[in-house]
Amino acid sequence: MFKHLKQLTSLFAMIAVLFAFTTEAMAKKSKTLKNTQKKGFVRCGVSQGLPGFSNADASGNWTGIDVDVCRAVAAAVLGDANKVKFTPLSAKERFTALTSGEIDVLARNTTWTLSRDADIGLTFVGVNFYDGQGFMVRKSSGITSVDQFKNGISACTNIGTTTELNMRDFFNSRGISYEPVAFEKADEVVAAYDAGRCDTYTTDKSGLAAQRTKMKNPDEHIVLPETISKEPLGPVVRQGDAVWEDIVRWSLNTMIEAEEYGITSSNADSMKTSDNPQIKRLVGAEGEMGAAFGLDNEWNLRIIKQVGNYGESYKRNIADTGILPDRGPNQLWTKGGILYVPPAR
Amino acid sequence: MNNKIKRILPQFLTILFVVLVFGFFTINAQVNMDNRGIDFGFGFLSQEASFDMQFTLLDYDGQDSYLWAYVVALLNTLLVSFLGIIFCTILGVIIGIARLSQNFLIKNSAAWYVEFFRNIPLLLQIFFWYYAALRALPLPENAEPWFGVTYMTIKGYYIPSMIWENLNVFMSCLIATIVAIIFIRIYAKKIQEKEGKQLPVLYISLALITILPLLSFLIGGVTLDFEIPALKQLAQTSFIFEGGIALPPELIALVLALSLYTSTFVAECVRAGIQGISKGQKEAAASVGLTPNQILKLVVMPQALRIIIPPTTNQYLNLTKNSSLAAAIAYPDLVLVFAGTALMQTGKAIEIVGITMLTYLSISLAIAALMNWYNKRIEIKEK
Ligand SMILES: N[C@@H](CCC(=O)N[C@@H](CS)C(=O)NCC(=O)O)C(=O)O
Repeated sequence: MFKHLKQLTSLFAMIAVLFAFTTEAMAKKSKTLKNTQKKGFVRCGVSQGLPGFSNADASGNWTGIDVDVCRAVAAAVLGDANKVKFTPLSAKERFTALTSGEIDVLARNTTWTLSRDADIGLTFVGVNFYDGQGFMVRKSSGITSVDQFKNGISACTNIGTTTELNMRDFFNSRGISYEPVAFEKADEVVAAYDAGRCDTYTTDKSGLAAQRTKMKNPDEHIVLPETISKEPLGPVVRQGDAVWEDIVRWSLNTMIEAEEYGITSSNADSMKTSDNPQIKRLVGAEGEMGAAFGLDNEWNLRIIKQVGNYGESYKRNIADTGILPDRGPNQLWTKGGILYVPPAR
Repeated sequence: MNNKIKRILPQFLTILFVVLVFGFFTINAQVNMDNRGIDFGFGFLSQEASFDMQFTLLDYDGQDSYLWAYVVALLNTLLVSFLGIIFCTILGVIIGIARLSQNFLIKNSAAWYVEFFRNIPLLLQIFFWYYAALRALPLPENAEPWFGVTYMTIKGYYIPSMIWENLNVFMSCLIATIVAIIFIRIYAKKIQEKEGKQLPVLYISLALITILPLLSFLIGGVTLDFEIPALKQLAQTSFIFEGGIALPPELIALVLALSLYTSTFVAECVRAGIQGISKGQKEAAASVGLTPNQILKLVVMPQALRIIIPPTTNQYLNLTKNSSLAAAIAYPDLVLVFAGTALMQTGKAIEIVGITMLTYLSISLAIAALMNWYNKRIEIKEK
């Protein structure tokens, strides 16, 4: 019996080594990139409908600045920004969908935090929207500041979010007792708050502005001026595929840097003959900017032509839709904002 | 010898196969998790949970551990299941008996009730009670009292809470009463078997259960006060009730939907059970002079219960598992809090889903064991 046990363990050990070996070898070549090219589409996790960030219209066309990150990746690696398969996910489902391999990019207004980055097999590649948590109340309540919150206030929000944790920190530090009412789906939160179940609805301010458009009477609600947390929202990839991580990171960076250099979807082609070498690098006319990823030289040109630069994406999705016309911190560093990305060179 | 090998070999191979498959998946998961920088372990259970819960039976605060959050959330699951089982049983028995009534109206309304609530998906019913019925309820400031001191509002059902003094004296009295009643019942049974006389056990019990606790108030120094909910203004158009106990609308909607839905299945079990007893039994009982009440209590029910209990157990198990739909309406049960928030905040998907599955399995097994035990007890004992 003991002899068998020994054999069995060595068999297990062999299997383990075999697996460790194969995954290691593939990671260097970006397994995710290879799989994506084989499938012919980028598998992208988005929200279940947050106007401005990721939202599907009646015929199933997705739009939003998070959606545009996925489209940029598709343009870069597949040559077509439309080759994306979107998977709507609740806040609770999103990380397991990514770590289990159901999706390859998560672009779902997700806050970059230490524990998420370090603990759970995720890697954040950048920030595509600088946000903070806020509160929405009914105008008729007369509340104009969080200083007017009193003991017993009920607050609706989503489970599995940073919101849930910040809310506790906020109310605790002010010594206010509150009733948290936490739902899984954002639509359920909105419906419950709209019905009067809660006195306030709390989440990222961008989320509040977007969800307000879904209320029965948007004008009856206001977002309070205070911001109680930092919520840098950005795309996430699975840990362990460094090349794929770089592709997603530099797809986003390309959009932001293109805006900085005035390259747009309409003038990108003509920029190939620019005198500025940095501009030429961004449109694939100088250097070998794609080789390190295993891509051709025009991957970034395609992003700009098919999706546009960050400013175009912001205008199309967030400003023109009336969600947050003012770019606030999400303005280029050269124009008083904090968008600053490393140079593509 | 040869025979022995023939017998053992297939079993050995099966076990080997199971071990290999299990081992393969374990190692595979381990390797994949390693590659993705996820580590396996239950250490997180002692970490601070740092999120709050809307409704708990025991004291809980975000400073407590994930383990405590698990316990508290589990209690919430057990609470809805318990309440659901009680209400669906009461309703189910009434409706089941009503379906066999001679009265055309009663019989048909019961049948309609069953068809209606059984055929609408449960999740839809939960949403109906929570969103549609909730919207119809008044805001706290507009709520009219029910029974003078309770208020049903969109933010919950507010009822007075009891403030006891010397509660332990009262409890001792109550326990003493129950023990006394049990003894009286045993004694009454003996008398009946020996002398054929029936003692009015019910009346004696009722008398005891009023007199003894009353005595505890009169001479035991027990006092009871009620704290009645009072309206409090939070902002111009925002009010709540303070004091007393607040039952959250999430709990109410969930218990309502679960018990209405499950009661239809229980009702069918009850009907089948009663119909399963042959007419001859009732006629025989009547011919020896038993009253209709006695026939139902002494002849029909004891036998019908044997048919009713096994399928009803299944319904109780279903109800418990269905209670996990709580997550859809923010009732902080095990699935919402532990398999939801805690899973998200820690990223320990495999561990937490494993614990949750084991927990539901244990609850189911416990309910099944309890009902089996009860079923054994009421089985016909051949003498
Ligand atoms: N940024 C926060 C919160 C993200 C979040 O889930 N917000 C909600 C409320 S705005 C949402 O996106 N809902 C949209 C949906 O679920 O489809 C986080 O990463 O934890």
